[in-house]
Amino acid sequence: MRQVDRIRRTTSATMTTLTALCTVVAVGVLLVILGYIAMQGFSALNLSFLLNDPRPAGEGGGIRNAIVGSLMLLLLSSLIGLPLGVGVGIYLSEFGSGRFGSAVRFLVDTLTGIPSIVTGVFVYTIVVVPLQHFSALAGGVALALIMIPIVARTTEEMIRLVPHSLREGALALGAPQWRVTLGVVVPAAASGIATGAMLSIARISGETAPLLFTAFGSRFLSYNLDQPIASLTVQIYNYAISPSDEWHAQAWAATLVLMTLILSINIVVRFLTRKRF
Amino acid sequence: MSTAPTITTKIAMPEWKSGGQDLLRSEDAAKISVRGLDFFYGKSQALHSVSLEIPERIVMAFIGPSGCGKSTFLRTLNRMNDVIPGTRVSGEVSIDGQDIYAPGTDVVDLRRKVGMVFQKSNPFPKSIFDNVGYGLRINHLTATKAELEERVEQALKDAALWNEVKDRLKTSALSLSGGQQQRLCIARALAVRPEVVLMDEPASALDPVATHKIEELIVELKKQYTIVIVTHNMQQAARVSDSTAFFLLGKLIEVNSTEKMFTNPDEKLTEDYITGRFG
Repeated sequence: MRQVDRIRRTTSATMTTLTALCTVVAVGVLLVILGYIAMQGFSALNLSFLLNDPRPAGEGGGIRNAIVGSLMLLLLSSLIGLPLGVGVGIYLSEFGSGRFGSAVRFLVDTLTGIPSIVTGVFVYTIVVVPLQHFSALAGGVALALIMIPIVARTTEEMIRLVPHSLREGALALGAPQWRVTLGVVVPAAASGIATGAMLSIARISGETAPLLFTAFGSRFLSYNLDQPIASLTVQIYNYAISPSDEWHAQAWAATLVLMTLILSINIVVRFLTRKRF
Repeated sequence: MSTAPTITTKIAMPEWKSGGQDLLRSEDAAKISVRGLDFFYGKSQALHSVSLEIPERIVMAFIGPSGCGKSTFLRTLNRMNDVIPGTRVSGEVSIDGQDIYAPGTDVVDLRRKVGMVFQKSNPFPKSIFDNVGYGLRINHLTATKAELEERVEQALKDAALWNEVKDRLKTSALSLSGGQQQRLCIARALAVRPEVVLMDEPASALDPVATHKIEELIVELKKQYTIVIVTHNMQQAARVSDSTAFFLLGKLIEVNSTEKMFTNPDEKLTEDYITGRFG
């Protein structure tokens, strides 16, 4: 074997081993986290934990308020964030070819990178301070602000994948631009847009920081948008920093519930989009 | 380009020859009349002063090598080039004596009158029925559901597709074969009852059997519609068309009856192309 061949093979083997090692480390850490949460969480998890509200430390209690609160926050932020995000995405893909479009795209990308606690503080200033109290509404607005850029960019990418020939086909039948976009292009990209929407929901369901200054958290079951509301993430945070061992166990269990929720959303996404990919 | 040939407008339809020369010049003789059309993509000129008349209810074929401007020219006839940024057109295109590039022209109306079938079949990701009904619905051409169903059925029959799909109108158009999809696109174009149908290499992506069906269909459609077809396939032009126009480098070299074009063309360039000396 020639010298160069030997070097080439050694390099190839080394690089393959290195990348495999990186994968093992990354996936391994993830598996350890998941396994540890499952191990710690299962001990405190039972039906009454899911169906009861918090009680003082040492008296059991559950996270019903947080599950309800998280779902309400997700619903509220989806109602605000999804239409806006999809709208921006449609605009960028169909009409955003000019300088203004590029500027919007750049801003949207920047917005994606803003730390979520900054969003929380921002919403605190524009919603909580004027209303003079924390509220579910403020929490929903903060989460929606995080959603919008994610949804906008995935919507744009998905709509760009729709072949140009479809647009021409509709235009050639005498369809005005808006009907082409809404009647042909968006439906053709619908499953991709739905994926983006679901992934953004999965993303914000794990957010804690923006809720600390907005929805604040609550120990009671509430359906009132004008009042502070509990959420799984904030409840986990509060229990985790408490001195009570029972609350620590409950925090683990709540983490397990939250992870299951996010996992379910991801599974639903894969199920809904399995035909296309 | 010192030897650029003069642009001629010769449509040699037999009945025209006997009908007198005036017909050729009077505006209402031709369904489509193009005068001195220049077309630009940005700074590059794709069409150079093209003049051409297309009579009603014939099939006219555009032939020429790739990039010669035949598709571009076809797309000027229903203003599909409008959607491409940076394009510019000058000259006159009249359909039924109306300049379609005149300010205030309703492009939606124009495209309803001048239907188009594309090179690659482009059914919408909707059901077969909804595909054909699309143009009818958006243009509010039918008043009742029964009427809509009837027009869809008629269009599918006209496109020789009805028997193959009548039992599965609600299934996705994407489940059809390539040839069926292309006939579906033809049915979709016919459903709004256009007067002119533009076809941009409608059979280039199809196998011989499907191509044969489309060609039969074109000959059949000629009875009701004026058809302009772009094709790379000279045998196809010879089989389906009444007259043929030959384009080269953005110029219209010759227009003649298909028979004359393929047996005894007037221009040397046409002969060279048809006999395969270049292109």
